[in-house]
Amino acid sequence: MSSATSFQPTTLMRDETDGDLWTLNFGPQHPATHGTLHLELQLDGERVVRCTPHIGYLHSGFEKLGEHLNYNQYVVVTDRMNYCSPICNNIAWHHAVEKLFGIELTPRCKAIRTIVQELGRIQDHLLCVGANALDLGALTGFLYGFNPREPIMDLLEELCGARFTVSYTRVGGVVRDAPPGWTDRIRRYLRQDLPPALEDFETLLIRNRIFVERVKGIGVISHDDAINWSLTGPVARASGVKRDLRKDEPYLCFADNWDGRGAPAVRFQVPIAYGGDVLSRILVRLEEMRQSAAIIEQVIDMMPEGPVNVLADEDVTLPDKREIYFSIEGLIHHFEKIMSNRGLRPPLGEAYGAIEAPNGELGFYLVSDGGNAPYRARCRPPSFMNYQVFPVLLEGHQISDVVAILGSLNIIAAELDR
Amino acid sequence: MATADAIAALQARFPELHFTPLPLLRYPDGRDSGQYWLRVPAERLLEVARFARDDPRTRFEQLCDLAGVDYLNFPGARERFAVIYSLLSLTHNHRLWLKVFVNDPDPVVPSVTGIWRGAEWPEREVFDLFGIRFAGHPDLRRILCPEGITDHPLRKDYPLRGRGEREAFSVVTRETA
Amino acid sequence: MGLSATLPTAVATRGDYTTTRLDYVVDMIRKYGINWARKNSLWPMPFATACCGIEFMAVAASRYDLARFGSEACRFSPRQSDLLIVAGRVVMKMLPVLQRIYTQMAEPKWVISMGACASSGGVFDTYAVVQGIDQFLPVDVYLPGCPPRPETILEGIMAIQRIVAEDGVRSSRERGRGLRLVVQPAPVVTLGAGLREGSLAERACRPVLDREPAE
Repeated sequence: MSSATSFQPTTLMRDETDGDLWTLNFGPQHPATHGTLHLELQLDGERVVRCTPHIGYLHSGFEKLGEHLNYNQYVVVTDRMNYCSPICNNIAWHHAVEKLFGIELTPRCKAIRTIVQELGRIQDHLLCVGANALDLGALTGFLYGFNPREPIMDLLEELCGARFTVSYTRVGGVVRDAPPGWTDRIRRYLRQDLPPALEDFETLLIRNRIFVERVKGIGVISHDDAINWSLTGPVARASGVKRDLRKDEPYLCFADNWDGRGAPAVRFQVPIAYGGDVLSRILVRLEEMRQSAAIIEQVIDMMPEGPVNVLADEDVTLPDKREIYFSIEGLIHHFEKIMSNRGLRPPLGEAYGAIEAPNGELGFYLVSDGGNAPYRARCRPPSFMNYQVFPVLLEGHQISDVVAILGSLNIIAAELDR
Repeated sequence: MATADAIAALQARFPELHFTPLPLLRYPDGRDSGQYWLRVPAERLLEVARFARDDPRTRFEQLCDLAGVDYLNFPGARERFAVIYSLLSLTHNHRLWLKVFVNDPDPVVPSVTGIWRGAEWPEREVFDLFGIRFAGHPDLRRILCPEGITDHPLRKDYPLRGRGEREAFSVVTRETA
Repeated sequence: MGLSATLPTAVATRGDYTTTRLDYVVDMIRKYGINWARKNSLWPMPFATACCGIEFMAVAASRYDLARFGSEACRFSPRQSDLLIVAGRVVMKMLPVLQRIYTQMAEPKWVISMGACASSGGVFDTYAVVQGIDQFLPVDVYLPGCPPRPETILEGIMAIQRIVAEDGVRSSRERGRGLRLVVQPAPVVTLGAGLREGSLAERACRPVLDREPAE
């Protein structure tokens, strides 16, 4: 072996020495660790006595980059955070930025953003449960989970131009309006393709005795512990924590009178489970997908017409490309927005905006010094907060339960390490 | 309003700290953002935090986020670092932000891991990226950056592209592999 | 359109060999036996760190099935794989791990640098991200994109297949010295161009060939 490499597994972090324990390095390169998670397990035979997670193998300096890219450029970086549902991160980022600027979106923009956020939620949960199944050996579950994601990526490609890292939102709106017929294609997907796919997927896993035996009663966390450990999202809701930002701090179409003309908030239910184990989290995610489909249907029914970007006098959105290319006012206006010594001018101060991302509460804490780039763009990543509890969840379990619990927490390494 | 009650409770309990709730942001037309913060001195942080979590009028059961900010180049800043605690109350459904300001050299803040267990890793992250130590933390060591790094990357005097750490590796070629 | 890897000619024609017929036969065995088997059974080692990993998983899934290239077995053990696909950004904490994985792989081995981040650092010109793994690791094929579309990834696998097909049965050391890659667009292939007129295949495909192109 070449001496070029210098990777050394980390030594014992705690001082207790117990000669009977065996240290196993799980990761940082392992199929079940969702990329780059490194677990240092101390085993007594098959039973895990102690687990020390090591992270940072994907720390790319997102927050440092946020101080150098302006409010529209940074959306490109947010795509690469929770890469299972990139559109939701875009929405979270611009939700915080619009709170900083004090902008109220147009109704059509809110409707489109709600639709794509819920599509992102379906995307994320399909991947999470599919990957969880894959880690436990059910490769078919993985394929069944990925198959319904492909039409969603086609729909997002039609809308945003890219199938995966979409960078769809901008300050005060979105890049482009929905193409004609897009909502019909979503409706067709939600009515014809998704229900049988979910049915198959669910039957394959939940009606499977072997799978259920592997996930039931594993990795239990109680309601109070979940709150104290800052858990949010399906992981917390599976322990009975009744918290969903779409209901508790409504935003976009989840708030009453979202279009300014009395449109009701979208009606849906938030699935809560009380088991606190891996099975509960999977069930919560599967049910959330169905609720998301219902939400999208309602929003499509209520879809308003109108502009998707806020009006020009708000002075935050780029003008239409036709104006930029064919009129001098459009060109000047474009320069005013993108040149680094000009650009958007937020107020001086700080703001926190959060949405209910598929993984939990995804928030951005922005510090603005009045310039066109944030002074500090702090991301509150749900994966980071959810992963801290992992050693606690793993107490007393066996090594084969490690992957089950890890998969159920939906730890996305890019969001974790930023 | 629940947040006003919570702030009033804190003011009543800690009159000597002279809590004045300031909005995080004030828009150009004068209205404020509805998000309020209180300045807490570092040495009283644990008492304030414990009261905030336990008192029925405040009931901030969850520490939503723990962030560090380096105000080195910020216009009008008097202290360099702030540790910002985002508190969330599920029972009353409101939020509050606490800011603890510290300075170089040797910034130290008491650790709230005894009050909210979810502060463990965010505090390690703030230590890693800013260099602020947390007294009483069970396991304060670097979390995101590699072990050998001596700098604190998110400080304003650290360049975006680093100081050559990303190039300091040996090369594996086809001949040697 | 595709990538074409042009190498110093290792395919023998009868005229190049003035010595024995045996050399020619051995070369045919190499090209149509060993290399054919190798290129149609590339077992990838997905070193998936970030978003490109998800796109790689989509390529391995049902729609853009990677298994039809023989890559059904995505071995996550470097000892059992021959194609290292570095999918995603590599940060300075992870690079020694990547290097160790590469040295643990057995010969012959090839490396695909998938995505902009692995090829050059991508969007992330920051203190933590390595600006291109080719600074520290030998790379055979670079895939552009952030993330590369699944079709690009499949084209990259096919480019590796073309490299493997022209490969000599030599050690990596010797392979490294002569390797030159020239990227040229391949000629456009028309549907049905390879079918012999009147053959069974041509008659079977005629309904497809006669059909109007879909809008």
